[in-house]
Amino acid sequence: MSEWSVLIGGRAGEGLNKAGMVLCSLLHGQGYHVYLYYDYPSLIRGGHNFSIIRAAQRPVFAHRDRVDFLLALNQETVERHRGRLREGGVLLYDDYSVHTEGGVGLPLERILREVQAPEIARNTGIIAGFSCAAGIPWETLEQVIRREIPRGIESNLAVARGVYAVGSTLRQIPGLPQGRRFPLLTGNEATGLGLLAGGLSSYISYPMTPTSNLLHFLAQHADRYRLKVVHPENEIGVMLMALGAAYGGERVAVGTSGGGFCLMTEGLSLAGMAEIPVVIVLGQRPGPSTGLPTYSCQTELHFAISAGQGEFPRLVVAPANPAQACLWSATALRLAWKYQVPGFVLVDKNVAEGAADFDPAGIPSAAPADAVPWNGKGTYGRYTDTGDGISPWLSPPVPGQTVKVNSYTHDGRGISTEDPVVTARLQEKLLRKGAALAAEVAGLPTVLSTGPADARTVLLTWGSCTDPCIEVAGQYGLRVVQPVVLWPFPADALRAALSGADRVVAVEQNSTAQLARLAAAEGIRVHDRILKYDGRPFSLEDLEARVREVAA
Amino acid sequence: MTAGTLITDARNTWCPGCGNFSIQHALKSVILEMASEGLPLEKVVLVTGIGCHAKMADYLDVNSFYAIHGRVMPVATGIALANPDLTVVCCAGDGDAYAEGLDHLIFAAKRNINLTVIIHNNRVYGLTTGQYTPTSPLGFRGRSTPKGTVEAAFNPLELVLASGGTFLARGYTRKQPMLQTLIRGAIRHRGFSFIDVLQICATYNDIHEMYDRLTYSLEGHNPGDFDAACRKIREWDYNREAPIALGTFYSVDKLSFEERFRLTPQTPAEREAAIRAHLEEA
Repeated sequence: MSEWSVLIGGRAGEGLNKAGMVLCSLLHGQGYHVYLYYDYPSLIRGGHNFSIIRAAQRPVFAHRDRVDFLLALNQETVERHRGRLREGGVLLYDDYSVHTEGGVGLPLERILREVQAPEIARNTGIIAGFSCAAGIPWETLEQVIRREIPRGIESNLAVARGVYAVGSTLRQIPGLPQGRRFPLLTGNEATGLGLLAGGLSSYISYPMTPTSNLLHFLAQHADRYRLKVVHPENEIGVMLMALGAAYGGERVAVGTSGGGFCLMTEGLSLAGMAEIPVVIVLGQRPGPSTGLPTYSCQTELHFAISAGQGEFPRLVVAPANPAQACLWSATALRLAWKYQVPGFVLVDKNVAEGAADFDPAGIPSAAPADAVPWNGKGTYGRYTDTGDGISPWLSPPVPGQTVKVNSYTHDGRGISTEDPVVTARLQEKLLRKGAALAAEVAGLPTVLSTGPADARTVLLTWGSCTDPCIEVAGQYGLRVVQPVVLWPFPADALRAALSGADRVVAVEQNSTAQLARLAAAEGIRVHDRILKYDGRPFSLEDLEARVREVAA
Repeated sequence: MTAGTLITDARNTWCPGCGNFSIQHALKSVILEMASEGLPLEKVVLVTGIGCHAKMADYLDVNSFYAIHGRVMPVATGIALANPDLTVVCCAGDGDAYAEGLDHLIFAAKRNINLTVIIHNNRVYGLTTGQYTPTSPLGFRGRSTPKGTVEAAFNPLELVLASGGTFLARGYTRKQPMLQTLIRGAIRHRGFSFIDVLQICATYNDIHEMYDRLTYSLEGHNPGDFDAACRKIREWDYNREAPIALGTFYSVDKLSFEERFRLTPQTPAEREAAIRAHLEEA
């Protein structure tokens, strides 16, 4: 067997996410690529949290329903998840808080008391029990604990030693030949690194799941990157502050989710009219309204491409996993500044908060700003008309020149006007700029294809559905087509990617097939739809059953 | 554009007798005077909201960000954050700063960000043709409240004082020399400077007779005394007639927000090295 799944569950507030990361680290240390799915309710304490860790011989960003190891820190975990155990799977539980038939109870309470360890070390205890049961060498476990546990290393090690000593190997997870060890990154962290590589100098955000951890990550490392990180009064303030900062010469991004983005749309439209660049990391979670704050969906595609009054160009990219998030966040920043437009990095909770081992080779080189500079001749006009609609950029102070930006319809200098000819010319300038952006984007790998080029059936998908689709399609010889740029919509590249297909199946995590509708507007026919709108990601079993229904 | 006069060739569309002319004249005079004393003109950035006041961005030949209704403070905050050496002057209306953007005003004061905020407080919506604002007196008859408002005005200076502003003043458009003195003081003050300027609206709220009768200049007042500032600010509540003090109520020095963000950006090479070092640790 080449892959393994482990589920660890307990009550919210007990460090389950961290425990999941430690398990990832252990399995990565055994030579596997790893993926972490973290499922938690919107509360601070109580409620049920669990993580599913999947270890495989190639990079993965999808989970299975069935698991090989079930680690239960409370009764609810056993009751909810026992059915997921594969035949021959191993149940390990805390024998103090869990009462069940079968499985192996671990004396966590006794050992915690013996070594006077804090309650949180219970997680380390069950992880040690797992390590022993999976035949992972003590040295590997000790190394991971020393690296991953921030506080109380000695007491955690004492707990681990105690639990490890009383266990035995129940199901060996064989170590693989050691490749390079990569850092484990969440999508939020990968997005942050991509933005940093793209030249980010300011990050402004109001906390909102699923992008709060991007704010935390950048705030934590602000000094290292000489980054200005600000958390203002609300998302209206966020967007407007970002535009002020960009006018002043900062390369700035904001982060939010749908509800916060509702408040930003006023500023987004200002960015369109005033031609001020900004990158918006929009993490999707189920709505309408507050919806399911800590779960996932793909419902903001049409919102992102049409938000804000008026018509103005923008860029929307939708990465599928941390590697793509890193790459495309840098690209979004570069293009937003070059074309002086808003650029969206449209992610969702699964991408943002899912974690995987990450090959640093995927981080693009840090590039200098790509804005078109002013040639310094004559009098500067912020909106000087040019062939491609991109006016040279200047931030004050420049002696002898004034930089006037304006939310009103304006002339080349930035002075308000109601003149019909100037009004029409300004709109045409915005359209030309959009066309120039589309032309450059067309030269990028906007639509990614995986699987046999002659496959008659294609799964058309985007964002976090992509990796599950690729795995399932592999079993049926199908092709997967993922537009990673969603606006300007890469219709030609998509048509090319779908050529030869006589059956196109849209796979999306929403109830109205938003990508399929966008494709339809370009005359691209989608024959079937596999939709999921319960907030949970497609598991491989889940998706396979659905694909079998429509594609078999 | 004619840098010598600081006035652009944009056609002026304020009503005859509008108080905005006074504020424009005062602001322009102060900027020119400070420029003659060494302030580089290119470091001045004017941020305006939306409303009659906001046309200042078209009329003054300085860097400007003609923003949207209510959002002057966050835009100006972003500019000051980007470059703490800029002199950021905000012109905002009373509808702008006290209604649509009140949260931003309070937070800008709370942060003590280095901005000079001039509120064109004519106590009526002019551009939308005559509705009440947060500082219209109780009972004000506007087009949205034909029987008179049933909510009292609030006192903006009291709000900003409570929020943490470090320079608070009140001016009046018919007291030009004093207005210039206040604007100069506000620009020189490092921190959040706030001037509530009583301005008549020639078309919808011309109450100059009342202001002429009730305003007086603060004298013998210690602007370093918070309690004294609070008392003087509360003398008039913007509803009932009472003596209306003009001048600087409060002025104290505190570290301003943008000073904490004075950073030299990394070069691409430095950034790449920082990312590599970071991932080595991860």
